[in-house]
Amino acid sequence: MDQLLGFVKKEFTHIFRDPRTMVILFGIPIIQLMLFGYVITTEIKDARIAILDHSNDNVTREIKNKILSSGYFRLEANLIQENEIDPIFKKGDVKEVIVFEKGFAESLEREGKANIQVIADASDPNTAQMLFNYTNGIIQDYTKKKFAGFTIPVQIKSEVRMLYNENMVGAFMYVPGTMALILMLISAMMTSITIAREKEMGTMEILLVSPLKATHIILGKVAPYLLLSLIDAFVVVFLGNVVFGVPIRGSLFVLAFLVILYITMALSLGILISTVANSQQVALFISGFALMLPTILLSGFIFPIENMPVALQVLSNFMPPRWFIDALKQVMLKGNGFAYIWPNVLILSAMTLFFLGLSVKKFRLRLE
Amino acid sequence: MRTILYLLQKEFIQVFRNKAMLPIIFIMPLVQMLVLVFAATMELKKVDITVVDLDLSETSTRLTSKFEASSFFHLTRAQLSPAETDQLLMKGTADVVVTFPSGFEQDLKRNDQASIQILVDAINGSAAELSNAYLQTVIGSYNMKIRAEMMGVPKFTPPQQVSVIPSYWYNPELNFKFYMAPGVLVILVTIIGLFLSSLNLVREKEMGTIEQLNVTPIKKYHFIIGKMMPFLIIALLDLTFGLLVAKLVFGLPFRGNILTLYVFTSLYLFLVMSLGLFVSAISDTQQQVLFVSFFFMIVFIIMSGLFTPVESMPLWAQNLDMINPVYYLIRIIRNVVLKGSGLFDMTRELLYLSLYGLTMFSLAVWRYRKTV
Amino acid sequence: MKQTSEYTGPIIRVKDLVKKFGSFTAVDHISFEVNKGEIFGFLGANGAGKTTAIRMLCGLLEPTSGALQVAGFDGYHQREAIKRNIGYMSQKFSLYEDLTVYENFRLYAGIYGIPRQERIRKTDELLKKLNLEESRNKLVAGLPLGWKQKLAFSLALFHQPAVVFLDEPSGGVDPLTRRTFWDLIYEVAHQGITIFVTTHYMDEAEYCNRVAIMSEGKIVALDTPIALKEQYKTDSMDGVFLKIARNKE
Repeated sequence: MDQLLGFVKKEFTHIFRDPRTMVILFGIPIIQLMLFGYVITTEIKDARIAILDHSNDNVTREIKNKILSSGYFRLEANLIQENEIDPIFKKGDVKEVIVFEKGFAESLEREGKANIQVIADASDPNTAQMLFNYTNGIIQDYTKKKFAGFTIPVQIKSEVRMLYNENMVGAFMYVPGTMALILMLISAMMTSITIAREKEMGTMEILLVSPLKATHIILGKVAPYLLLSLIDAFVVVFLGNVVFGVPIRGSLFVLAFLVILYITMALSLGILISTVANSQQVALFISGFALMLPTILLSGFIFPIENMPVALQVLSNFMPPRWFIDALKQVMLKGNGFAYIWPNVLILSAMTLFFLGLSVKKFRLRLE
Repeated sequence: MRTILYLLQKEFIQVFRNKAMLPIIFIMPLVQMLVLVFAATMELKKVDITVVDLDLSETSTRLTSKFEASSFFHLTRAQLSPAETDQLLMKGTADVVVTFPSGFEQDLKRNDQASIQILVDAINGSAAELSNAYLQTVIGSYNMKIRAEMMGVPKFTPPQQVSVIPSYWYNPELNFKFYMAPGVLVILVTIIGLFLSSLNLVREKEMGTIEQLNVTPIKKYHFIIGKMMPFLIIALLDLTFGLLVAKLVFGLPFRGNILTLYVFTSLYLFLVMSLGLFVSAISDTQQQVLFVSFFFMIVFIIMSGLFTPVESMPLWAQNLDMINPVYYLIRIIRNVVLKGSGLFDMTRELLYLSLYGLTMFSLAVWRYRKTV
Repeated sequence: MKQTSEYTGPIIRVKDLVKKFGSFTAVDHISFEVNKGEIFGFLGANGAGKTTAIRMLCGLLEPTSGALQVAGFDGYHQREAIKRNIGYMSQKFSLYEDLTVYENFRLYAGIYGIPRQERIRKTDELLKKLNLEESRNKLVAGLPLGWKQKLAFSLALFHQPAVVFLDEPSGGVDPLTRRTFWDLIYEVAHQGITIFVTTHYMDEAEYCNRVAIMSEGKIVALDTPIALKEQYKTDSMDGVFLKIARNKE
């Protein structure tokens, strides 16, 4: 036991000695959370647009004023001809061009109808649609106000309640996702790379012939990362709560249990990778790109799973983070307990056992 | 100049002799293109909606079938108590629950207005907002219809109407894959370029082979170029490979000049590799290089506009993107591929990438020491 | 530019050379000269400062103070010119293990700018001399240690340097291989190439023309092996070394 403690201590000093490692351990979660919280929003402000007004009368000027004072748009250029549109899009700054037809006010007055064409740069389809919706909304609002007297009483109204996230804050999505990503990064990637490093440098052989038991060596390598992961999990939850107001509605005990279970899973995955990889580069590519990308993409962190092709939906069932993120959201945001998350707990436990079993088997094979 | 050729020959032999790296270099692009592009779709389809109709009147059933008719919703009808409704949302079986209270139709006829209750699981804020917007559109047009019916007029129209006609250029079908595929190509060349070259240099330090090179009169910039070129070529190969996949699998239109694309990508790689080699020049182990590169890559990618438009970031973050290489190339590739932009449309980007690249390259050469 | 062939003075001149790492002085005011064609030995226990000294001479380390000239070039400002005129074989084998014997030759010949014709001729000649012809297209990783060392040595000589630095060249090989390795060294020295070698094998010191013994960063004795043995009244270099060590205590 003393031996083990001494070994764990040595591993800790290794980690803490290199400031670069500490940057990764604490810098990444904090910066990532800040980026997701402050930088990644879906609301568009100050989108650059150009206007091509063939009419330039009172009504078009009024509409233009409405649009430009809405806060969503910023006028980049006033165009004179249709053939200026393509070049300005090609430069890439302008996202939308609003075209008023000739004799706009006249036609509105005489025929009760006039057309505005909104040309959006749909190389980014979501933004294009959103910009069109904003523009359309502003224009419709303008006409509605102009004819405010024309409402008719019969109406179905709706009382809408946004549950669990009244203000629709993005951080509610990103905090659980960031947690899954960070814990995977530290637990699986860092462990697999440190163990692979010992192998590459030949120091693993020295450890293996020492009186330390193989399980102790692995435990010693893994223990510091378990602790660091826990600290990081705490940092993420704390920052999420204090800075972004992401609540913890469920029990802290269930939350802690879930986090520890996930970390254990990630550590076993890291050990498994290190039994396969002989060099740091290989461990990096396996853990970095075979683990990270699925964690980000196939877990429902950023992209909803329901929208993916069936093959990927099936594949996502095999991604541990998927089950973790789902359970985490339930516990933190909905206040659910084991009664709701037991399937997730079961699946994560089964995965952990599977990874551990497989690495023990691989490890034995190598020693024999 | 000939020295560089010998160095290139050596690096290529080493890369192709490494059996573990070959699949990474050539299979990864394929997998990435397929998984990333297919997985990354923001368009919402099939939102699970449960309708609890306690009125079962003509008006409520007609509105329910309007909801059902929209391809956006996947609709279930159920008779549930409020507690059961809560359960449904807690479990996540339903994203939205719409409840028609009993006496709904009566209220509407008597008081000219009636309410329905809509509960939305808003953990994913933007999806919730979108679902609600769709519901409101359906309810709005239904409103128009019953109003007209109840008042006996054909349709209600204001005296003047402005119609706003959208036209979506460069991607009229609003295909999200056309948006993602070029972005994923950037990630692809970045991983290959940044990680392979920087790890390669620091590995020579770890293995000690760099010492034998350092006692030769080799020029520092020769050495750095020798470390860059092979991976530049491999990354461009991967780009070609990725473009082919995008073309064949996703039918990505290619409007621009392919040469323009390669010029920009090469400039970008020159910059990114210089950054990577600078990091490895100041590091001693692969682990250090890895962590630092990983950190920057994550920040660069999140801020690059790959997943969410740069326009929706706060202004300070948009300004910060001035130093984000990934931001530039994603923007450039989308412009070239989808809009057919040429070198002259993007002179600013051209100038900027070149200057930035040269600066980082000089830094890398300056910081690489032939002494221990 | 000055060519080595025209340079006739001592090939290495060192005066009061110092290297400090922080507060630790690894090399402490050493001075010596090495003449053309000489086999000069640097002796000392591990950590005596031999490797630090040799690294300064090769331009791998910048000296803290003192004067240093190799092949007529200054150790502070003309390090790249020095590198053109020296060969170096490091303590740790540092050729590319994942390249073949021939590919290693081709790479280094290319770096030194040796023309193709000459490279091919010399590669064949060297491989023949080293009995490595059959291993020409084998990966270096698969060669026995002794062969790797011969290979590293011949690569250090390939561009005909004025002086070759060998840092513990025969560590970890059997006595017979060491013997043949020294035969190679003699042959090279006969061609007029200066050899600067560090070692902690005392029997190897006997093969040198002159020997400097280092201890704690200082040169404590410098002479021919015969003179040293006479001075310390013993019949082997081992004895010399032991006596010096005892005197210090």
